[in-house]
Amino acid sequence: MSDRVLLATFEHEEDLLDAVREVRRAGHKILDAFTPYAVHGLDRAMGLRPSRLTWVCFICGMTGALGMLWFEYWVGALAWAVDVGGKPWNSLPSNVPVAFETAVLLAGFGSVFALLGVCRLFPGKQVRPLLERVTDDRFVLVLDQTDAQFSATQVEAMLRPFNLLELEERVVAAGGVE
Amino acid sequence: MATLRPTLITGGKVPADVTRDVCAPMERSPTALWWGAFLLASTALIVGVVAVTYQIAMGIGTWGLNRTVGWAFDITNFVFWVGIGHAGTLISAVLFLFRQKWRTSVNRSAEAMTLIAVVCAGLFPVIHMGRPWLAFWMAPYPNTRGSLWVNFKSPLLWDVFGISTYLLISAVFWYVGLLPDLATIRDRSKSPWRRRVAGILSLGWNGSARTWSRYETVYMLLAGLATPLVFSVHSIVSMDFATAVIPGWHTTIFPPYFVAGAIFSGLAMVLTLMIIGRKTMQLENYITVGHIESMCKLMLSMGCIVGLAYGTEFFIAAFSGNPYEQFVFLNRALGPFSWAYWTMVSCNVLVPQLLWFRFFRRNIAVVFVISIFVNIGMWFERFVIIVTSLHRDFLPSSWADYAPTSIEIATLAGSFGLFFTCFLLFCRFFPVIAMAEVKGVLEKPRRAPKQDSEQGDAA
Repeated sequence: MSDRVLLATFEHEEDLLDAVREVRRAGHKILDAFTPYAVHGLDRAMGLRPSRLTWVCFICGMTGALGMLWFEYWVGALAWAVDVGGKPWNSLPSNVPVAFETAVLLAGFGSVFALLGVCRLFPGKQVRPLLERVTDDRFVLVLDQTDAQFSATQVEAMLRPFNLLELEERVVAAGGVE
Repeated sequence: MATLRPTLITGGKVPADVTRDVCAPMERSPTALWWGAFLLASTALIVGVVAVTYQIAMGIGTWGLNRTVGWAFDITNFVFWVGIGHAGTLISAVLFLFRQKWRTSVNRSAEAMTLIAVVCAGLFPVIHMGRPWLAFWMAPYPNTRGSLWVNFKSPLLWDVFGISTYLLISAVFWYVGLLPDLATIRDRSKSPWRRRVAGILSLGWNGSARTWSRYETVYMLLAGLATPLVFSVHSIVSMDFATAVIPGWHTTIFPPYFVAGAIFSGLAMVLTLMIIGRKTMQLENYITVGHIESMCKLMLSMGCIVGLAYGTEFFIAAFSGNPYEQFVFLNRALGPFSWAYWTMVSCNVLVPQLLWFRFFRRNIAVVFVISIFVNIGMWFERFVIIVTSLHRDFLPSSWADYAPTSIEIATLAGSFGLFFTCFLLFCRFFPVIAMAEVKGVLEKPRRAPKQDSEQGDAA
């Protein structure tokens, strides 16, 4: 199965942002947009949900901190209790630095690996860019054309005021605007 | 809207220019200057490798240490390099949280500098062990000795965790920031092998808005994590000293004093490298005099904190009524190592005062010279803290002198060799400016007023 998509290319982020708002107002389905840099406000204009990766970060961080605190307690007070300069075996203040570092380490790695996982980014992944210039200086809006209501001429007229550079129809594998 | 803010990138650049200008140094053959610098740096690296091999084979008796001065050159170099490594994360994380957009031009190279400096730093404690093949003893792993675990109450062990976490998180931060730029290189490269390597390293990045949205979230999280991390790491380094009962070390001022000093020295190194790099790689429109001025302001403020700390230490020593503490500070300023102390004060406190003047902050040659002075001064700061506190301890009968041997000096030269070799390779094979970030802070083209009025504030 394959999908017909419409690629609209723009030169400036403002044009893309305005076009996204206009297209959504008209009720068309936006599959994705491709930009050379993070365009602020694009996620909101496209109606993307805020990322839940913050929770991954929080959970990994807490796991690191609590896990390490427990391990330090176990090592210092249970497994082999060594009297170091008369300090209490389970000396909480001296356990904080290592627990903190472990929290940061796990939270950082956890959120990055979660990011790579959710975005399906991995070494050796084959990308056939829709347009080579999206990683250089072009902004591409990808619209779903499978809808029966969809009229390419109407959409073109709608996008024209936003300094549309190019409009291209393309057939891609199902779900495959990657 | 944008007219109120000064232009960050000059020369009227558009995104395609950014890609072309930043990729240009990677796509042409290296210049004679690059080869000259590379040969010099790798020679120093080889000298260092020989020196380290020799001292490991012979034992650290090849150093100038004695029973009184048990820490000297090696730990000085360690603290010096860790300090250098602090500016990268400051620029990439702290300034990110403060929405300082000028950071985009310098963050990539500052982060690379951080990584390399932390690697240089990490080598010194391992060499200092004398038996580096046993370095794995620092890790808490189940063993046949009991299991005998590491001592979690020791700042030296906190340091192991602090430095290794800092190295790993800086590496991840740097790599995540590189992803979009690696994709740019993949898509524009003509050479098939470069395309292939960049393709593998870019993990299939395609610039999708959904990916960007999550990426921005994670970047913010990493910045939020790296900010307390950068402060914690040098605080922990300072506790290596502060928890010892040596007069001159045993002070509560050490954590903030060390952090400020670390950022100070790191900024100086960033300035040194950037002033050379912008010229040799024709990046004057990206790293402008404005960027240099901003870094000078930061460096000046850090230098003033460091100067205040020097003064506070003296005041507290006088105020404490502790004769040992008072003696250590008088000995620093007037004793046999007073030359090192006054080098430190002049380089770190007096010379940077020139940066109060806009004329000097915007004069590249002056800034370059000041940054070199600060680099030297900050090395001497660590030397003064370590050696002058140790060499005349409680009992005059055990007082000793210290002078580095040629092996120790060769090791220091070798660490500079490692640093510059790696940095030159970075400049050759990676985009030295974060293209995807700089493109986002370019001046926006003027638009028709009709569209401006109907569009709300997107940010």
